[in-house]
Amino acid sequence: MSGGLDRRALVAALVARRGSALLLAGLGSPAWDLAAAGDHPQHFYLWGGMGGAFAKGLGLAMARPERRVVVLTGDGEALMGLASLATIAAQRPPNLALLVLDNRVYGETGGQPTATASGVDLAAIGAAAGFPATLRLESPDRAETALDLLLTAPGPVLVQARVDHRPLPLVLPIKDAVAAKRRLRAALGLAD
Amino acid sequence: MSSSDWSEGVHRAFARTGIGLVAHVPDAGLTPLLARCTADPAIRVVGLCDEREGPALLAGAWLGGLRGLLACQSSGIGNLVNMLGVSAVGRFPLAMLVTMRGEWGEQNPWQVPMGQAVPAVLGAMGVRLFSLERAEDAEAVLDGALGLAFGSEQMVAVLIRQRLLGAKRFVPAGATAS
Repeated sequence: MSGGLDRRALVAALVARRGSALLLAGLGSPAWDLAAAGDHPQHFYLWGGMGGAFAKGLGLAMARPERRVVVLTGDGEALMGLASLATIAAQRPPNLALLVLDNRVYGETGGQPTATASGVDLAAIGAAAGFPATLRLESPDRAETALDLLLTAPGPVLVQARVDHRPLPLVLPIKDAVAAKRRLRAALGLAD
Repeated sequence: MSSSDWSEGVHRAFARTGIGLVAHVPDAGLTPLLARCTADPAIRVVGLCDEREGPALLAGAWLGGLRGLLACQSSGIGNLVNMLGVSAVGRFPLAMLVTMRGEWGEQNPWQVPMGQAVPAVLGAMGVRLFSLERAEDAEAVLDGALGLAFGSEQMVAVLIRQRLLGAKRFVPAGATAS
């Protein structure tokens, strides 16, 4: 299925502009995308706990109000974590941004359609929940606008990026969550 | 002894451990504790829509240097089981306070299956269990549980027993409690 943005290019552009932002990738393709853009101690990759990426981002954003926190995850993971859009909207963390890489399929399990394939509009759900900034990104010429929102707009921010679904080289991130957490905490100056 | 007595000791243990975040899906039994936490400027109280959010939220918070706790009813444990894997594989400290239903004088049979299964389910996932049955033990039990969670990067749950909380009464309009 085509007709969307190049997800790897979008994530690479996000990483290039990341600065001090902490990036949290949901399981599956978004984790591979973030790894493909280059590993870094400010990155944390989930390999499980489907549906928890948004909530984990909220916790990190609440703990580090001086840092931008960007969660990038897939449409399937986002749909499983919909309740967290309400939780986040209620907390209104100004430093939290969510990027949904929406390819409209469960890419890791055989390409079965997700609910977004039927038109479910996650950005509209976010807006209805009370997110002050939401965007449906559907063409590359608005990618910079989306990155501006994700990295600088008062949050919480939700960008639903329509990305294409095609085979990509598999780039696997660090699998050892204990090592990943220790290096991220070290990057934040936290002792164990 | 009123059921609110235990909440004072729990709250003192929170302060000593540096708990700055209390995430919860509310339960009647938690009301006195949540009121104390809401009144405490050192604690941010976050209402969740689903208990599944709890372990993920607390892992993220701890990653950023903020210690938190999840408070929920026993039924909510059934909702969050897979998310315990995040805490387990990353050895993220996870502290949970669980108000038990379905065990002591329960009047709602729908609460019984999950309530009775909580110790086995949490045990199967590697959560270290503590039991709070007497209000006067609250501070010591919480000290022990929170110390284990944050000192040794463990998942812990303090089960507040229904005998301490009291069974919820259901009195239909126009009827009197029997």
